[in-house]
Amino acid sequence: VNEDLYHTMLLIRRFEERVVDLVNANEIAGVTHEYVGQEAVAVGVCTSLRSDDVITSTHRGHGHLIAKGADVGGMMAELLGRVDGLNRGRGGSMHIADLGIGIYGANGIVAAGAPFAAGAAWSFRVAGSDRAAVTFFGDGGANQGILHETMNVAALWGLPLVFVCENNGYAVTLSQERSTAGSLADRAAAYGMAAEDVDGMNVDSVFEAASRAVGRARKGGGPTFLECRTYRYFGHHTAERTMKLTYRSDEEIERWRLRDPIVAAQASLDPGVVQRIRAEVESQLDDAIAFARKSPRPEPADAVEYVYASGLTPRSGVSG
Amino acid sequence: MTAVRYLPAVGRALRDEMAADPNVFVIGEDVRESLRGVTRGLLEEFGPDRVLDMPISEQMFTGFATGAALAGRRCVVEYQIPALLYISFEQIVNQAQKLRLMTGGQATVPVVYLVPGSGARAGLAAQHSDHPYSFFLHAGVKTVLPSTPADAYGLMLSAIRDDDPVLYFAPAAALPVRGELPNDPEPVPIGSARIHRSGTDVTVVAVGHLVHDALAVAEELEHEVSIEVFDPRTLYPFDWELLRESVGHTRRLVVVDDSNRTCGLAAEIVATAAEEMELEARPRRITRTDAPVAFALELERAVLPSRDQIVAAVRAAVAEGRS
Repeated sequence: VNEDLYHTMLLIRRFEERVVDLVNANEIAGVTHEYVGQEAVAVGVCTSLRSDDVITSTHRGHGHLIAKGADVGGMMAELLGRVDGLNRGRGGSMHIADLGIGIYGANGIVAAGAPFAAGAAWSFRVAGSDRAAVTFFGDGGANQGILHETMNVAALWGLPLVFVCENNGYAVTLSQERSTAGSLADRAAAYGMAAEDVDGMNVDSVFEAASRAVGRARKGGGPTFLECRTYRYFGHHTAERTMKLTYRSDEEIERWRLRDPIVAAQASLDPGVVQRIRAEVESQLDDAIAFARKSPRPEPADAVEYVYASGLTPRSGVSG
Repeated sequence: MTAVRYLPAVGRALRDEMAADPNVFVIGEDVRESLRGVTRGLLEEFGPDRVLDMPISEQMFTGFATGAALAGRRCVVEYQIPALLYISFEQIVNQAQKLRLMTGGQATVPVVYLVPGSGARAGLAAQHSDHPYSFFLHAGVKTVLPSTPADAYGLMLSAIRDDDPVLYFAPAAALPVRGELPNDPEPVPIGSARIHRSGTDVTVVAVGHLVHDALAVAEELEHEVSIEVFDPRTLYPFDWELLRESVGHTRRLVVVDDSNRTCGLAAEIVATAAEEMELEARPRRITRTDAPVAFALELERAVLPSRDQIVAAVRAAVAEGRS
């Protein structure tokens, strides 16, 4: 594993752990969906992309953004609801986006971003470019109709689109066994789409599979379905820790932790390098949090500032 | 000036804008064959990359338009029947419409959702007869409902050029209307209403095809009452300024709306008039009944607004104002 991949995975891991602290301290409102455990997928996939390629993300999107190159200070400010956030405090964790580097947003509705990726991929192809699009979704998203509608059209038209299924075993609390008939890769095969079963806990495996898929997309070879088998160590969202849920066991979580992609990557690196990267990551995150805390909160009077591109002001809720 | 029918005017606007802007393209079901008549000739003129037939996957192709828009294109999405908007509802109101705000101004989503043949078409029964604009007004989606070929042309130009999502309803009952189209027609600004006929006794706000019913009633009653016929043309944002002027001199208001009764456009217009305008008579609403449209033609007509109802409401409003 090279240093950069380790650095990005660790940055995601520590970003998320710090986010949990900030949620628990009520500095971040609402809930966030942590990516801890799945880092190898985002990093392996996004390392295979260029900055002019696009991704659509999910409710569990922080890792995708960091891996695609989003600024962690801008992300942290967004999660704190500040004006210097990537979305100026208008999106929060579930809608965080950076269109300038091809991040078409996290999404609060499962698999709803998939057709955005298809529309972008089609636009790239008719413009004669070799740009590609990636849509991330989970095993839960694989049961949404809109995902299948998108797979159909992507395969039919040979779009430069990579479907990355992060199969972490659970759609919120419902296990894949209880939610999903057949195999996900077989579903891709039914559309005539190339599919790969990928070890989502191994960043090199993900990177190699993603590079093959993106290369195929760029050369006009059509879409690929990557089923990345992975796991989230934390709950579906931050509030889950207080809920005493029984859908999975501590033993199961511990079993997956034995295959931790960051621990594995660390073992392959020189200890001095690891120490340096760890220090860099903490310093980056210290700066990110300081930047976020220093950023002003939005003015209540600006609540509807970005509703319409045309500048139309929405009607107020109060009679004159 | 040439006389044209409604849908060819829509089609001509789409054609002119596709010729003017290479980023504009159209997608939908059976658009290459032009089953609904709007996209006739576009495939031949602009080729298959500008006119895309979509599989029957309305949610997907609505989101596809959003993705293409984020990548810099301008998409017109045609829906063969109004009820397809129910399938696409999440992608329109919860995705495309919110993206600008959610991204803090990063996203621009110039997509037009076109329904050529909205509302009831005799005998198409419950699932093909709705006129679902009020759902979208509630969500703040820019929505236009032109009543004449000239407005149909001008509002299509504006809708395509607008940087926000715009819903465009071409009412089935207005499609036979013929009208004059100048040789070099202009865009009609979104958000501007039009007074079709000036009057002094009562303002009748009517939408889409119902404008023609209101005009017929105004003519029929012209020796009895002076009716001002107000056509919003754009339902969101509504031209409250022009309505305030109109009601300011007539002091009476009748609203004719092809939505259901509850929480429909007419409810909003009447509520706003009650709060903000001086009325001498209670405002009246003529809407659809709160019920699905049944198949038999007698039953269909029974739940839709009619000219007789407009006549009765106008007479009641005028009588009350004079007493």
